[in-house]
Amino acid sequence: MPDPARLLRALIHPLRPRREASPTTDFLPGSESQGHVLWRLLSHSPQALFGVAVLALVAGTALTAGWWYPDDPLAMVAPPLLWPGEDPAFPLGSDSLGRDVAAGLVHGAKVSLTVGLVAAILSLGIGLTVGGLGGFFGGALDDALVRVTELFQTVPSFLFVIVLVAIGKPSVTVIVTAIGLASWPVIARLVRAEFRSLRETEFVLAARSLGYGPARLILREILPNALPPVIVTTSVLVATAILIESALSFLGMGDPNMVSWGSMIGDGRDQLRTAWFLTALPGGAILLTVLALNLVGDALNDRFNPRLRGLR
Amino acid sequence: MPHLARLGGVLRRTAWQAVPTVIGIVVLNFCLLQLLPGDAADVIAAESGSATVEGMAALRAHFGLDLPALNQLLGYLNALAHLDLGVSPRHNLPVTSLIASRLGATLLLMGTALGLALLAGILFGAVMAVTVGRWPDRILSVAALLFYSTPSFWLGLMAIVLFAVKLGWLPTGGNATIDSGLAGWAWAADRARHLALPALAMAGFFVAIFSRLTRAAMLEVRGQDFVRTAEAKGLGPFAVTVRHVLRNALIPVTTVAGMQVGTLLGGSVVIEVVFSWPGLGRLALESVLSRDYHVLLGILFLSSLLVIAANLLVDLLHAWLDPRIQVR
Repeated sequence: MPDPARLLRALIHPLRPRREASPTTDFLPGSESQGHVLWRLLSHSPQALFGVAVLALVAGTALTAGWWYPDDPLAMVAPPLLWPGEDPAFPLGSDSLGRDVAAGLVHGAKVSLTVGLVAAILSLGIGLTVGGLGGFFGGALDDALVRVTELFQTVPSFLFVIVLVAIGKPSVTVIVTAIGLASWPVIARLVRAEFRSLRETEFVLAARSLGYGPARLILREILPNALPPVIVTTSVLVATAILIESALSFLGMGDPNMVSWGSMIGDGRDQLRTAWFLTALPGGAILLTVLALNLVGDALNDRFNPRLRGLR
Repeated sequence: MPHLARLGGVLRRTAWQAVPTVIGIVVLNFCLLQLLPGDAADVIAAESGSATVEGMAALRAHFGLDLPALNQLLGYLNALAHLDLGVSPRHNLPVTSLIASRLGATLLLMGTALGLALLAGILFGAVMAVTVGRWPDRILSVAALLFYSTPSFWLGLMAIVLFAVKLGWLPTGGNATIDSGLAGWAWAADRARHLALPALAMAGFFVAIFSRLTRAAMLEVRGQDFVRTAEAKGLGPFAVTVRHVLRNALIPVTTVAGMQVGTLLGGSVVIEVVFSWPGLGRLALESVLSRDYHVLLGILFLSSLLVIAANLLVDLLHAWLDPRIQVR
């Protein structure tokens, strides 16, 4: 006859009871290391491998931007409108003001990735709070939070971002906040659904019967198990944030002191007829980065959310 | 007719459920208006060039700007109920008539893009599902992923370079040839030529979404019992695919189409700027640049209402496609 207290403790430990039942625990430390699981995932999917390689390249470029091009990318350093390959000192050419396109692309990677990541983290924070509280407590609080989520989902998000940036000022902080405020409903809905199903599971019931308070139940028992599908969605969130930022700076509503891929497209648009490479190159960079994020997201999705496959 | 009565019931219930969202949007708009730097009195003072403190106070009292926020909110609600979104100091026109003059062009662009995306997306998705794992599926999947990752404004700019600048097939922008004096079919053809590139650039992203979704939904439906029954009773593969698999796969596609109307409205801003299309999106950007906030918020308000209307329409469509669907 096993000790009932030990049984209970085994039950409330959220990792063990779900170990066999769910593939999601592969994210958590266990017999297999996280790195090993990730590597198996990548070696099974060449697309995901390509995506990770591109992301690593873009992130590496962004981190070393100051080393490649220590000068201000907005400085005029070359004769205007050099075509790529025309002058070996400026391999990707120069724009109408004589700014180095290669330097702009390298520094633009920094802005795009930062905005994408920070905005995604912000909407993760809001979405986890709103969805978690509503899903855990239910009742009137849940009803109210669902209404608020629906409201933010109804307002067209890009227009909402434009309004927020127009009311604030075009700085990276305001842009990141606006994108975060406009894109959290997806996460909130996902988290709410996870919390609602997890709060009825046996290990949560066991933890409840041991007298743990809501804070401990939410943070230590439910949240770790609700995270995997959320982490998968984050790659899409980052991709969307990068697209929104590029559209915003294309419209001239970006931070005027920073060079970003979107602002390079907006500046190069006036020379579309004669020097279309000024538009094509930064757009290609956006496409490649977002494609990489989507490939990684697809692979993670196939692995961890088989039910949602392709339904995005 | 019982069928029509049922649809009427669905319409009533979904419209009733939309009421809290509409109220929420009104309150959100009001909060954003309060956040704005300066108020109507500041704008009028700036227009007239000089103002005294007493004059400003009188103006604020006249517009009710010195009342508590709750009274102002009630006044705002009252104005909205009379379809009054305020006056644009820049154009010296009521915001409602300004928006009305641009709405048609945007709806035409959005409708064409959405229609094209649905047609192409469902077609490609069906081809992908039928040839799953083989070459057509792989090529279309890669193409869908590429379009899914492409910013629409960049797609539009590249389309201008290829089709308008290099090949010279289509015009670069605008929605009609100015002072062309065309009539009848020539006028319609001119309009269609101007519409083609912006609608295609806008549709690209949504073709990707709808084709991926159709493929996934069809693969899921294909394994169900009623499909085997249809095959067992001797229906040909084409009839099974179109009448049984595709029709049932359309439900998630229409749901997502309704959800994407907001994205479509946001996307129209950049596309209209790229193609100088005289619609709401360009009006939004113009009002940002001239700090004409009442117009901007009016567009946000109206766009939100459009999204609600689109979702209502999708609910009706579902009730018609699948009579078993009941509204919660």
